[in-house]
Amino acid sequence: MSAELSAHGVRVEFSTRTGRVARALDGADLTVGAGEVVALVGESGSGKTTLARTLIGLERPVSGTVLWNGKPLDHSGRGLKALRRHVQLVLQDPLGALNPRHSVYESVAEGLRVHKLVAKSGKSETELVAAALASAGLRPPETLFLRYPHELSGGQRQRVLIAGALAVQPSLLIADEPVSSLDASIRGEILALLLKLREQFGLGVLVVTHDLGLAWNIADRIAVMYLGRVVETGPTEDVLTAPKHPYTQALLSVIPEMERLEPIVLRGEIPDPSRIPRGCRFHPRCQWFASGAADEVADACRGTALPLLPADPDGHRCACHLVAARDGAMT
Amino acid sequence: MSDSLLSLHDLKVTYTTDDGPLPAVRGVDLTVERGQIVGVAGESGCGKSTLASTVLRLQPANATVTGEVRFDGRDILTMGWGELRAVRWAGASIVFQGALHSLNPVHRIGAQIGEPMRVHMPELKDGQVRSRVGKLLEQVGLDPARAKAYPHQLSGGQKQRVMIAMALACDPQLVVADEPTTALDVMVQAQVLTVLSGLVRERGVGMMMISHDLSVLADVCDRITVMYAGRVVELGPAAQIFAAPLHPYSDALSSAFPRVGDPAARFAPAGLPGDPPLPWDLPGGCTFAPRCPRAAKVCLPAEPELAPYGEGRAAACVRIGEPDETPVRNEIGASS
Repeated sequence: MSAELSAHGVRVEFSTRTGRVARALDGADLTVGAGEVVALVGESGSGKTTLARTLIGLERPVSGTVLWNGKPLDHSGRGLKALRRHVQLVLQDPLGALNPRHSVYESVAEGLRVHKLVAKSGKSETELVAAALASAGLRPPETLFLRYPHELSGGQRQRVLIAGALAVQPSLLIADEPVSSLDASIRGEILALLLKLREQFGLGVLVVTHDLGLAWNIADRIAVMYLGRVVETGPTEDVLTAPKHPYTQALLSVIPEMERLEPIVLRGEIPDPSRIPRGCRFHPRCQWFASGAADEVADACRGTALPLLPADPDGHRCACHLVAARDGAMT
Repeated sequence: MSDSLLSLHDLKVTYTTDDGPLPAVRGVDLTVERGQIVGVAGESGCGKSTLASTVLRLQPANATVTGEVRFDGRDILTMGWGELRAVRWAGASIVFQGALHSLNPVHRIGAQIGEPMRVHMPELKDGQVRSRVGKLLEQVGLDPARAKAYPHQLSGGQKQRVMIAMALACDPQLVVADEPTTALDVMVQAQVLTVLSGLVRERGVGMMMISHDLSVLADVCDRITVMYAGRVVELGPAAQIFAAPLHPYSDALSSAFPRVGDPAARFAPAGLPGDPPLPWDLPGGCTFAPRCPRAAKVCLPAEPELAPYGEGRAAACVRIGEPDETPVRNEIGASS
C-alpha cells in the first residue's frame, strides 16, 4: 500500500499582533514514504512543529503543496477526516494531550467512534481498544480500561496516546517530541515501540524532535530545519556522521557526549520569523561566514537565498553557498 | 572534612502524608568542594529534587529531616532562622527547575536580579546595585541593556540565564542547579552550560547540578552521584561514571542517551523496562532488582551498601565483577 505524505515548497504565515507577518514555514520540503522513519530536527522556532501540523492539514499553506499519495490535500472537513484515518498525530506532553476526565478506554475508543470503524471491523469495540493498548505495549490491556491519566506514569500516558492513534490502524504516525518529557529510562522503551510498530504493521513514522541522539536511534532519514526551511536532509548515517551544512555541524558539535568534536557554540538564537535575514537565512549566525572561511561566496551568502542543492548519489542534500562552490554543483 | 563547602551526612528526608510516611531520601552522603561541579543523576521520584531543597532547608513543612547538612562547617539543619536567612542567597542559592515560569511577569528583570542584593546587601546604593546587575547580565552572556526587559520579551534560554544571574547576585559560594537546562534546545543548553561551568572556574564557587540526563552531567561535572529510590547507588569521577558505569542502573542511564555515530545504537534504542518503585512500597533487598538485567538471588536478602571500587569510586551492587551468564530475571521470578 502506498502511503506517502510530502510537502513541496510549503509556506505558512502567521500575522503577529504588531501586524508583521511571521513566515513560520518558508519553502519547506519533506517526504515521508511508506514504512519509513523520518526525523525532523531543529531548534525551537525552526518551524518543525508547524511543518508537522501542515502535513496533517492543521495549517493551510499560503503557497506550496502537501501531497498524500500524490494527491493534494483536501482541506474540507470531510477531506481532513479521511486523511486522519490514515495519518495520526501523537502530541507532545501526554498529560496535556489526554482528557483528564476520560478513562483510558474512552480516550482510545474515541478515534474508533469518530471513524465508525467498529462496525466495519466485525469485532467489538472492546476488542479493538484492547488490541490497540496491547500494540502500544500496555499489557494486560483490560487492567487499564478504567484508569484515568493522573493514575498513570509518564511512560504509560505516552503509550495510551500512541494506542489512541493506533486504534484507527493508520499507515503513518506523526509524533511531536514523543519522549522529551519522559525519564531517560522510559525514553528507550517508547522509541523501541515505534520501531516495533514499523516492523509489525509497516507503519511510517515522522518524529519531530530537537534530539539528534533520538534521530540516530530510530530514523532512516533526517531533515534538519532552520527558520522555516529544511537546510539539510539525507540518510541519517550520512547527515549525522558527515554533515555538510554548517548549522548541522554546529548542532552536532554541542551534543554533550560528542567529546571528539570541538564545540561550535553559535551566538544568539534563531531570529524572529517575521525578520528572516536576506540571502542565506543562516548567514548571520554562520561560523564559516563569521570566520572568513566563506569569504569566496560571502556576497552570495548576504544576497542570494538558496534552495536545497541537488542530491548526491545517496540522496544527501544541503543548502549552503560554500558547499555548492566547493562541490561545483551550483547550477 | 570541615574543609568541604557542602557536606551531607546520612541525610534522610521523610514526608508525612495521609497515606503514611513517604521516605524520599534514605541516607545520602555527598560532598561539594569549592570550584567543583558535582552532578546528581536519577529519574523522577528518586529524591534528587528533595535533596536539593534540603540543602537550603527549603523542604516542605511535612518533611522530617535527619542526618547532617554542613555548609562551610555550619549545620544548616539546626541553625537559627536569622543565620539561615543570611546563608540563603549570600552563602548558597538555588536555580530551580522550571525556572522559565519563576520570574515575576510584571517586574523588569533588572529589578528582579537586584532584589536579593537590596535585601541581603543593604549597604549597596541604587547605582551600585544597577551596575552589579549590568555586570551579572554580561557574565551570563546577555546585553546589560536587557535589564529593562520584561520576562515575556525574553526567550527561554535568556530567561534561564536571568535565573542564573539572579542566583549569583549576592556572590554565593554554593549554587544548586536543579535541571538547569531541561526544556532548552541543544544550542541554548550548550550556551547555558558554558556560562555555568565558566562561572564555577572563574569564581571558585561550588555547584551541585541535578539532572536526569547523564550525558549533560558528564560534560560539565567533576564528579557524579547516581541516585535510585532515595539512595546513592554509584558515585565517582564524571567521565568514568558515564563511560564505564559499574552499577547496572548507571549503565541504563548512560546508554539511554546514545552516542551519535555509534553503530551499536542504530535502530537499537536502549531502555529500562518498568517504572521506579513507589517510595511507600519499596521492594525488599536491592530496590533496583525488579528492573535489573543482572539481578540474581544474591540481590534479594538485603539492600546493598556502597562499597569502594578503586580511586574515588563506589557502587552499591553485589553483582559487580561477577560473571554475567547467570540468567537472571527467571531466578527472581521463580523465587517470588
